[in-house]
Amino acid sequence: MSNNNYIALIPLLPFASFVLLGLFGKKYFNKLSGIIGTTSLLASCVLSLYAAYTYFFVFGKVNAVYQKFEVLKFSWLQFSTTTSIDMGLLLDPISMMMVVVVTFVSLMVHIFSLGYMKGEERFATYYAFLSLFTFSMLGLVLSTNIFQIYIFWELVGVSSYLLIGFYFTKASAIAASKKAFVVTRFADLGFLIGILILGFHAETLDFNTLISTLTNPQSAQFLSITSASFFGITALTWALVLVFIGGAGKSAMFPLHIWLPDAMEGPTPVSALIHAATMVVAGVFLVARLFPVFALDVTALDAVTYTGLISAVIAAIIACTQTDIKRVLAYSTMSQIGFMMFALGISKIGGEEGLGYMASMFHLFTHAFFKSLLFLGAGAVIHLVHSNEMKDMGGLRKLMPITHITFLIACLAISGIPPFAGFFSKEEILLAASNSNKLVFYVALITSALTAFYMFRLYFSIFWNKESQAHSEHGEGTLTMKIPLIILGICTLAVGFVPFSELVTNNGIGFHSHIDYLFSITPVTLSLISIFVASVLYKKQNLEPEIISKSLGKFYTSAQKKFFVDEVYLFITHKFIYTLIAKPTAWFDKNIVDGLMNLMAETTAKISELIKGVQSGKVQNYALYFFAGIAALAILFIYILK
Amino acid sequence: MLTLVLLLLPLISSAITLLFRGSTAKYFALLSAISNLIITVLAYFVFINTDLKGEETQNIFVFNHEWISSPKINFHIAMDGISYLMVFLTNLLLPLIILSGFKREINRSHIFYSLILFMQFALLGVFVSFDGILYYLFWELALIPIYFISLNWGDKNRVSVTIKFFIYTLAGSLLMLFGFICLYWYNPTHSFDWNDLTKFQVLSTHQGLIFWLFFVAYAIKIPIIPFHTWQPNTYQSAPTQGTMLLSGIMLKMGTYSLIRWLLPIVPTAVTEWTPLAIALCVAGIVYASVIAIMQTDLKKLLAYSSIAHVGLIAAGIFAWNIQGIQGSLIQMLAHGINVIGLFYCADIIFNRTQSNNINGLGGIRLTAPKFATYFLIIILGSIALPLTNGFIGEFLLLYGLFEYNTWLAIFGGLTIILGAVYMLRMYQKVALGNSLDANMKFEDVKGTEEIVLLTICILIFAFGVFPKPTLELVEPIAQFITDKAILK
Repeated sequence: MSNNNYIALIPLLPFASFVLLGLFGKKYFNKLSGIIGTTSLLASCVLSLYAAYTYFFVFGKVNAVYQKFEVLKFSWLQFSTTTSIDMGLLLDPISMMMVVVVTFVSLMVHIFSLGYMKGEERFATYYAFLSLFTFSMLGLVLSTNIFQIYIFWELVGVSSYLLIGFYFTKASAIAASKKAFVVTRFADLGFLIGILILGFHAETLDFNTLISTLTNPQSAQFLSITSASFFGITALTWALVLVFIGGAGKSAMFPLHIWLPDAMEGPTPVSALIHAATMVVAGVFLVARLFPVFALDVTALDAVTYTGLISAVIAAIIACTQTDIKRVLAYSTMSQIGFMMFALGISKIGGEEGLGYMASMFHLFTHAFFKSLLFLGAGAVIHLVHSNEMKDMGGLRKLMPITHITFLIACLAISGIPPFAGFFSKEEILLAASNSNKLVFYVALITSALTAFYMFRLYFSIFWNKESQAHSEHGEGTLTMKIPLIILGICTLAVGFVPFSELVTNNGIGFHSHIDYLFSITPVTLSLISIFVASVLYKKQNLEPEIISKSLGKFYTSAQKKFFVDEVYLFITHKFIYTLIAKPTAWFDKNIVDGLMNLMAETTAKISELIKGVQSGKVQNYALYFFAGIAALAILFIYILK
Repeated sequence: MLTLVLLLLPLISSAITLLFRGSTAKYFALLSAISNLIITVLAYFVFINTDLKGEETQNIFVFNHEWISSPKINFHIAMDGISYLMVFLTNLLLPLIILSGFKREINRSHIFYSLILFMQFALLGVFVSFDGILYYLFWELALIPIYFISLNWGDKNRVSVTIKFFIYTLAGSLLMLFGFICLYWYNPTHSFDWNDLTKFQVLSTHQGLIFWLFFVAYAIKIPIIPFHTWQPNTYQSAPTQGTMLLSGIMLKMGTYSLIRWLLPIVPTAVTEWTPLAIALCVAGIVYASVIAIMQTDLKKLLAYSSIAHVGLIAAGIFAWNIQGIQGSLIQMLAHGINVIGLFYCADIIFNRTQSNNINGLGGIRLTAPKFATYFLIIILGSIALPLTNGFIGEFLLLYGLFEYNTWLAIFGGLTIILGAVYMLRMYQKVALGNSLDANMKFEDVKGTEEIVLLTICILIFAFGVFPKPTLELVEPIAQFITDKAILK
């Protein structure tokens, strides 16, 4: 496959731009760095579109099955005779799909930032971090083994840390960046131990070998991992659940989601790229990557399903009550990722059997477009009104027509209204749910209706509601801000028509899926009703929303307070760990451990004070002690220690 | 012969340095340290071209000469993979340590640099000795220069702190000496030579006593809890170069000795007592990390973080499998580089602000972006971010621990969370945000300061991205040590 080596350029171009901008950008070409970053990403994006095209339509399929190719694989280190860690690029349907998503959205964000970040003093640093993120994310999706994915997984975390804390003098931003890093690191410990279990039992970390040995029930590795157990649960379940915890941390699944809303402190285009379209779906990607192994274990799959489902519902409820527009979008992201997760959880192996898997990937794909569009639109709005709060907005449709139209398209898409992209992928998820698990299906249906409600609450509050107080000094924003909105708007209209089920399935065999219109009536009607309710409540300024929220009482306030999950964390970290563990330990160390040593020293000093009379200065006395000592030692050695 | 050259060069330079006055001394010391580093790097190429296997690799650079005939004590120095790695670490860090003092005013600097070079001599001696008594002599010799460095150039608490440190470690060393005498007594060959001691082991009934005599000495040096209380104060009070020598190289004497002088010599006792030893190490990781979260003094925070890191290294050694031993060796190198970087950053901050109080600092990144970036890279290295030098070692150590016991791996693994917590919290308070003192302008690093930090950052990435050469270097001897565990 030597003719595929150019694929290495896809991640390496952003890396080169990171190195260039990081080392020299600020000093020599601060103003130009946006252009440099964008150009390198444009090249990377074109290459990845070409690569995806050739993979899906030229050489990827052999005997009607999409193959997995490993390109440029080399041994990075060998840490025992059996286990070696490789680096390389893995090409298969999901990695090719992700490469397209990452480079494309990243390119849009790069272009948008040209206008949005204009005048920023640390322009070059910003673009360097964006490039670093893009490189890491591409490395993650192209990884050939679980160790390599972990490496890029952490790098992605660092880029996210750097970008959330980009405004490093803002206290809330640096607190948020640290929170994001620590919470995801906490999850990564699970991931790491999961890797250790898999590596120990399966004796390989390579995805292809791992999957082929573990899915063979006769293999020694399979027997080893299913027979070993810890607290009555098999090592396989442990490994998968722990790996999933890592994924849940990155993908902001309940209860590890607390970092995501705070992460909105970063510049808005960054939120669009990292905390909406790409990094946060890494957890979904990880489960999809190991799906054949997950499919072996019902418990692990259930964990995935119900974590996803709970996250989807809770986030949707919270999103209805938030007033910061970026936080509404953050919770909506969490909710949509919940959809992707449970869709994986209810899936099986095989073409049509694996409808959930296909739907999950499809939703990941379409979501990337409309969610980044929503964030970039929100960015344009924030750019104009200099506030994140809904109360400072309203009536902006006349001031910013392009943002208005594209935002509306994205809202319709996420609400699952045909023919926008979200409709197609969400229908597949609901269909898969209704085929396999009715409970999941009904909860998903309600959540889907809630989605339409909170998205249109957001839309009406920004663009309708009261008359605009904002006066625009610079209009809707620069051309570089408008173009990505338009492109993403077109994509949101178009990508739903991609014949996804024929391209991406978990066994490589495509199938033909068709929309079951009869089935679609219920969810679409529910969404339309929700939109209608939202329009009644928020299209014109009125008192209804307040009356309703008051009548909901405690439930409303606790949803607004995000169900106090943050408070629970604060309690555990500050009250419990800090006050009850760290403080007493430090006291113990200072007073007991060190105190004991000091006591020994003081006792010695006191004793020597008592016996200093022995130091008489008379040589005869010394000689006597000397001989006595030797005799004692001799007796000790000859008679006792013998 | 080459080992002898490496060993004697610092000794001779140390004597010559005393002749110079003023800044000539520091340039000479730097020259000497760099020459030694160059020789060490050249030796690497001999190493990778050797056909010798396992413990035979020590024969490449062996120098064995009879010193005292009865009891048989030889001047036996040599280098195998792990000795070479430690020699490399010492010689790599020395130029950086010397360079880090260039911008500081140091009284009687010729004595100061002479002592540092003498320290280098003694440390190298510890790492290349293959004779127990020779090793012991170097071990004690290393204490002398660091004692004077801390006593004469430390801060206001230096006297009491240094005396505590001296007595503490000396007590440990004496136990070790007693241990060597017992070894000589009980060993059928009546020899102090490492090869004899590993080939012919003493009866298992006698191993327990020797294990404890050695273990306490090493536990103090490393330090493993509860023998660590000398360390935070010493790191805080000693001059920065002293702290770098202590934390970067000297504590590796302990972890190195566990591999060289404990595991293969009294394997039965080690196996018997491993559960306790490893529990102490792992408890130390969590214990020190938790205390580090509480610290408001930058240097003390770094000291406790160092205890946590070496706790993991020691735990990996006691897990006694190939991953654990290799991981510990890689991590010794990584920790050495990172910890001197961290202490140098603390020194730069103290030099500019006269403060080590984390809560009183802030906003350094505003006026010193370069320094803030270097500092962040070193922190990321020390919290084991992938593609930095701290990562592979930590991964292998956890892998080794996992093979030994799942629970230990989980507790040991907490270090990846706790490390991130206290390090990022510290970085956030020190470097980010707004400056608390509006008038203070934190000057960015330049000149030798920048050279040191840049070199450290390059090393962090170099060893992180290319871990293979280091692993291959230590592989044969790590295998030899591990095989001893299987034979028992």
